[in-house]
Amino acid sequence: MPEVQELVKSLADKYGRKRENLLHILQGIVEQERYLSDVALTEVARELDMSAAQVYGTATFYTFLDTEPRGKYVIRICRTISCDMKGKNQIIQAIEDTLKIKLGETTQNKKFTLLETNCMGWCHEGPAMLINDQVYTNLSVDKAMDIVTDYVKNK
Amino acid sequence: MTKNKLKRIDLIFHEDCECRQVLEKTFSRSNDEIINDILESGLKGRGGAGFPTGLKWKFTAEQPADERFVICNADEGEPGTFKDREILFKVPSKVFSGMAVCAKVIGAKKGYIYLRGEYRFLLPELQKALGAFHRDIKDLIDFEIIIQMGSGAYICGEESALFESMEGKRGEPRNKPPYPTISGFKDKPTVINNVETLVYAFMICKHGPLSFKELGTSDSRGSKVFSVSGDTPIAGIYELELGMSLEHFVEEFGDGDTKAVQVGGAAGFCVPRKKLKETIIGFEGVPTGGSMKVFNSSRSMYNVLHNYLEFFEEESCGQCTPCRVGCQQLLKGIEAVKKGEKKAIYLDQLLKLSETMKLASKCGLGQSVANSFSSIVDNFREEMIY
Repeated sequence: MPEVQELVKSLADKYGRKRENLLHILQGIVEQERYLSDVALTEVARELDMSAAQVYGTATFYTFLDTEPRGKYVIRICRTISCDMKGKNQIIQAIEDTLKIKLGETTQNKKFTLLETNCMGWCHEGPAMLINDQVYTNLSVDKAMDIVTDYVKNK
Repeated sequence: MTKNKLKRIDLIFHEDCECRQVLEKTFSRSNDEIINDILESGLKGRGGAGFPTGLKWKFTAEQPADERFVICNADEGEPGTFKDREILFKVPSKVFSGMAVCAKVIGAKKGYIYLRGEYRFLLPELQKALGAFHRDIKDLIDFEIIIQMGSGAYICGEESALFESMEGKRGEPRNKPPYPTISGFKDKPTVINNVETLVYAFMICKHGPLSFKELGTSDSRGSKVFSVSGDTPIAGIYELELGMSLEHFVEEFGDGDTKAVQVGGAAGFCVPRKKLKETIIGFEGVPTGGSMKVFNSSRSMYNVLHNYLEFFEEESCGQCTPCRVGCQQLLKGIEAVKKGEKKAIYLDQLLKLSETMKLASKCGLGQSVANSFSSIVDNFREEMIY
């Protein structure tokens, strides 16, 4: 996959090839590709002259550095107590129904992945969710469905 | 001694950002004078652990080294805490200015803000404000701030894990000592402060230590930004004088049916209604990094504890056994008691386990699981069983 090779090389040129630049590079790949494929990880190892195990070990430590294929839009619903108390389960159910997938799954067209995440820091405006970097708060079932439907139709 | 009433303060978010004038005034003074002011104010770290800020700066400044760093810990991950996000959103230049003062005092040329991945949406505005700040102070100090993103790991809020993460590694806490003031980022002496702490340090430079010191109590000087959520009609972010009792807090923020307040997030303490009066919010009572979650009588404390344990089980870095296995077993244990697979007395064994985790875990994560576990199990034992 020459595209990934080019991406890794350009990120390494941008951030540098030392160990301390590793997270920047991994974050850069996820931003483009939504996840770290085996090809990408070994390419990073080669480019930074590190073992693939070290790169993989670092990547898998971090929740946002996914090593499983993800959709173009990763939806993360906050599952921690305040959002739980305010009904995050209904929100998940509504999005599952809208996208016809279960929690943890990716739609067939690779557009959406639905996940839970730990406290996002919006407890006063829960339930909250992230779609990639974008934050949505004060969700109701209707509001969540409208937001996701808008992504389905317009993005 | 408790303060009689809850008092709102407006220091942090007050729109008085003549940062350059304050920095000019501060930089005209000696480093010792500045450190003495911070010490005199009684300011303690606002991330939750409460180490005196002035001492941290002093120790780092005194440590011989060719390079030193100042790091702003914006990896705000404690459940129920969201005040640093608001500070960075509303008054970023105060955060940068606090870092600049620290940089002058300890002789740092580089500073970093470690921003949690969940707050990436803040980045464009923050970079813009930072560019303006750099231009504004260029002739005052040789100091550059760099923003580094986290990637969704609660443990990276632990200072030594944060350094590891900044060095491109797994965010696994280091053994202490040595402390960051001696060996921090890249093994150089490092001041690492919470976002809010840096702003207070800057406000102390502006208004002098006495204005800060006269607020609060002898153990908990000054004011603090609280993140209030849960069963409250007025959830949000409030700056309050320290030293109030939880009873006063609940009078203001409760919904009239408050059953318990979780102070300090999942790593903090659960205080039941009958103990609200005698409990002070502050370092002499229950300390908090700002998280205040109110629960009313419709809530099951089993569900609360279960949610916290799921959180810890996932966020434990897995490096040390007491925390890795302990979190799993506490979770499995309360599930077994609830289902009746284990007798109620098994809870005592779980309490012992949590005590062991407190003693034997490597870092604050494993050590503080016992806080919420024992305070919830002790006060709401029947809810764990039936």
